Parts: sequence; structure tokens; C-alpha cells
Amino acid sequence: MRPIISVLSALVLVVLAVVPFAAPWLQFVLTLAMANGMVALGVAILLRAGLISIGHAMFFAIGAYCIAFLSRLGINEFLVLLVLGTMGSAIAGLIVGAFVVRYRAIFFAMLNLAISMVVYSLIAKMYSVTGGTDGMALQTPTFLWIPLEKPGFDHVLYYFSVALMIVLGYLVQRYWKSPLGYALSAIEGNELRLEYLGVSARSVLLAAYVVSAALSGFGGVIAGSAIGHVLPDFGYWITSAQFVLIAVLGGIGGAAGPFIGSFFLELLHSASVNLTDAWNLITGVALIVVIVFLPSGLYGLIRKRRRSAS
Amino acid sequence: MSHPLLEAKDLRIAFYGVTAVDGITFQINEGEFVAIIGPNGSGKTTFLNLCSGYLKPDSGEVCLDGISITAMAPRSIAHRGIARAFQIPQLFLDQTVLDNLLIAMAAKQGIWSWFESLGAGRRREEAMELLALVGLQDQAGQFADALPEGKRKLLDIVLALALKPRLILLDEPTSGVSSIERFALMETLMKALRQAKVTALFVEHDMEVVQRYSDRVAVWDAGRVLVQGPPSEVFKNAEVLHKVVGV
Repeated sequence: MRPIISVLSALVLVVLAVVPFAAPWLQFVLTLAMANGMVALGVAILLRAGLISIGHAMFFAIGAYCIAFLSRLGINEFLVLLVLGTMGSAIAGLIVGAFVVRYRAIFFAMLNLAISMVVYSLIAKMYSVTGGTDGMALQTPTFLWIPLEKPGFDHVLYYFSVALMIVLGYLVQRYWKSPLGYALSAIEGNELRLEYLGVSARSVLLAAYVVSAALSGFGGVIAGSAIGHVLPDFGYWITSAQFVLIAVLGGIGGAAGPFIGSFFLELLHSASVNLTDAWNLITGVALIVVIVFLPSGLYGLIRKRRRSAS
Repeated sequence: MSHPLLEAKDLRIAFYGVTAVDGITFQINEGEFVAIIGPNGSGKTTFLNLCSGYLKPDSGEVCLDGISITAMAPRSIAHRGIARAFQIPQLFLDQTVLDNLLIAMAAKQGIWSWFESLGAGRRREEAMELLALVGLQDQAGQFADALPEGKRKLLDIVLALALKPRLILLDEPTSGVSSIERFALMETLMKALRQAKVTALFVEHDMEVVQRYSDRVAVWDAGRVLVQGPPSEVFKNAEVLHKVVGV
């Protein structure tokens, strides 16, 4: 790791550590940013294979609704909810992935969108089960079976999310540098050659899809727990598009990219809503600027592309 | 005594009513370097596509060591020991030469490792040795899309060799390569193939290359084998000279 990146990483960690004390209003914003960053990281995994999913909000929603149902059943320990919610999303990812990994390009994107809209409609219309558009409220979970008040839990959730973000970012980075990660990139690079090397591109992609769904599940559990309420909008296509936006904004050159994009977008949102109603306009302009001037995303600012460095 | 490694039995395939391969029965013995020549459209590349699983025949069978591989996907055939290099090199252009090769080697050794690095263990050393064998060691860090055509061809072949195949199918290994580079490329290639003890079947248009580097030549015409035998005999055949060499 280059010294500047080490210093920057240390600085970011210090800032994240003091936020709940220095700027308490930011704690909730950043918790959501980390949750969204996890989903965007899942989207970024598929982007490495050259595939865009405009449907990953469904796994985000599935993770969130899983813990809402479990909470209704009386399971209220956060770590258990996290594991089961993520497993719910991963299993859903396996089922959906088995179907969509056969497709490429626009067909992959549209199929994900279509399936996610089916999931959204089911959540929104099955009022007696899901609460329809009213959503489902969550009890404040325990943490390590210790009962906490909501402010205390939010505090713990924030630090837990920071730790989880680091662990997931590290694991995904390792995955991208592994043979399996290179095989994933090779799907975009030359799928024919990959098959002639004896590698099943579909299997490689299915594994990536399940991982990306699981990451979305992590995001859904954390967002649901932070908000204390889950809504069908968690699975709406605009939410999916936002995750793609975050991944592109942050860049997919490294696992830190989607988190950088997510922090940037949440902070930009928070800052601009105080100035104008048209915060979407500001977001749109920011995206145009990044696409035109930073093709590697915001991550490209701190990490030069390997090609230009070599 | 050598035995048939690959056998094609009465292979047929037609595209929209046009017969590309018309009842070809052909075999390649272990250790042979066999060249296929013939006019454009005579079914040479289609035959390679049938042997490597890219196409399924309308009828007939392809066997490797007596076991049918006709219905298998290219990846399954690759696992059984047939590797393929293409007329247009199929590389991972956005990766370095070394990474291209490391991906191929990892594919052979098992791609399903999540957290080990691509160049882990002895893989990087072995990759550099293989690159040195074909003279690409100085380009190891270069991106594949920056390579000249001749070196791309070599890298494409090295990717196939990384699978440690028993049989390699080469589609026009010298096409797009300058006449000066052509023989240098073939010398390098033959050295690598002999060292790796790989049987080779190659489609080629350059008759000098065929004469110099093949043990046996098969002449394809309209999806059929017109004649086959040692180059010294085949190139005396008047029909071959007329149809293929153009004399």
C-alpha cells in the first residue's frame, strides 16, 4: 500500500471513530451510507464482469424484510438477524442467479429489473403479510443478547457497520485478486477464451451473483435496523439504480470505491437538501462530472489505474 | 507404436443447407504434427470447431482415446486434454501478458480459490518459465492489447499450452504474421510443443510452413479429405497442386 493511501485510510478511520461524538447527526447518515456501500459493492462485483444489475434492491429488501419477519417471530438478537437476513438474500441470489447468469448485456440488466419489480410488487401488495406500503416496524434488537435503548443500539450499530465495512471490503478485495476474481473479470474480457481454458463462465458468475446478493443482504439488515422500519421502497427500481449510481460514482477499481461513492452521495445529499429541493439535480451533475472527468470513479483520485502506473 | 489420440468418424455438419463438413473420417496419432490445408470454405476451421466442442455435428462422432467427446462443451473437452489456439488470438486484452498466463494456469490448477492471490505459490515462477520458452518474458508486464500480432499469436498458443494438453488445435498460427517473423514463430512454437510433448493439429495456408513442420498433411476440399500423407508425397499430387497450391 502506498504511504498516501495508508495515511488517508488511517485518517478516514479516525474521522469515522469520532463522528458519533463530534457530529452526532452524521451517525445515522453514515450508517446508511455504509449499508448502501455494501449493496453497491455487490453491484460492483457484477460490474467487474461487465454486467449491470438494475435489480439489486430486491436483495437489499429481502435482507431487510427477513429481519422484520424474524423480529415478528421473536428473534431479536442483531447478530442472529444479520446472519439469517444475509442468508435469506444469498439464497434468493442463488435462485435468481441460476436463471439470470445465462444472459448478458442489456438482457441481464432488464431481467434483474423485471424480477426485482415482481418482488417489489409482491411486497407492496401482500398487505396482510408485509404491511403493504405501510411496511413493517422493527423492535430495537439486542446486541450480543444485551438489551439496548434505540440510541445506544444505533451507536453500537454504527461502529459495527464500520468494522463490517472494513472486513467485507478486505474480503472482496482479496476475492478480486484471486484466480476466481480474475476469472470474473475475464467474463467481460473474453468469455470464449475462458471457456476454452476449461472454466465455466456461468458458474463463476453465479458465485459472484450470490456474493453480491449476500452483500446486499448485509446492507438491507443494517439499513433496516438503523431506520427501525422496512418499506417496499427498499426494493424499488429507483433504489436499484441508486446502487448502480453509487458503484459508478465511487469506481470499481478497488473495494473501497463503492463506499467512497456512498459516503460522497449521502454527504452530498445531506448538504444539498438544506440548500435546495432539487438535490437530484446536484446528484446528477456530480455524476456527469465524475463520468466525464473521472472514468475510474472517485476511487481513481486516490489510486491511479494500473495501466497508467505501469 | 503410436495409437489414435483423436478420431473423427463420418462427421457431417451443414449450415442452412450448405454442407461444411461432409462425412469426414480422420485420425491423429499421439506425437504427430498434422497439418490441414485446403481452399477457403473447405471446412478446416469448422472441423477444429467440431473437435473442440464449439459446434455439434449433425451426425458422426469425435473420440478422444476412444471415448466420445461429441456432445461435450469446450470446457469439458479442455479438461480432457484438448486445447485450442485461434486464428484471431483470444486473449484477455485488458490484462498483462503474465496475468493472461496466470489465469490460464489457475484454470488448469483449479479456479475456485477465493482468497489466494493469482500468482501464489510457484505459479508465477512457472508462468515466467513458460513465457521464457517462447521468448515473451520481456513482455510479461505489458498489456496484451499492446502486443504485435506475432506475439499475440504466441501468447494465445501459450495460454493453450498452460493447460498441459495432450493435443493442441492451432488455427492458422502464422496468419497475420509477417513473412520474416513467420518461421521464427514456427521454430519457437515447435520447440515448445516438442518440449511439452504435445500432439498438434494445425490449419495452415503457408505451404512452406506445412512442408517444413508437419509429419503428415491432410488436404481438405468441399468438406471432405481429398488426400493425406507425408508432405513430400502430398505435394506431388497434381490435384492438390491445382486446387490448393494453385499451380
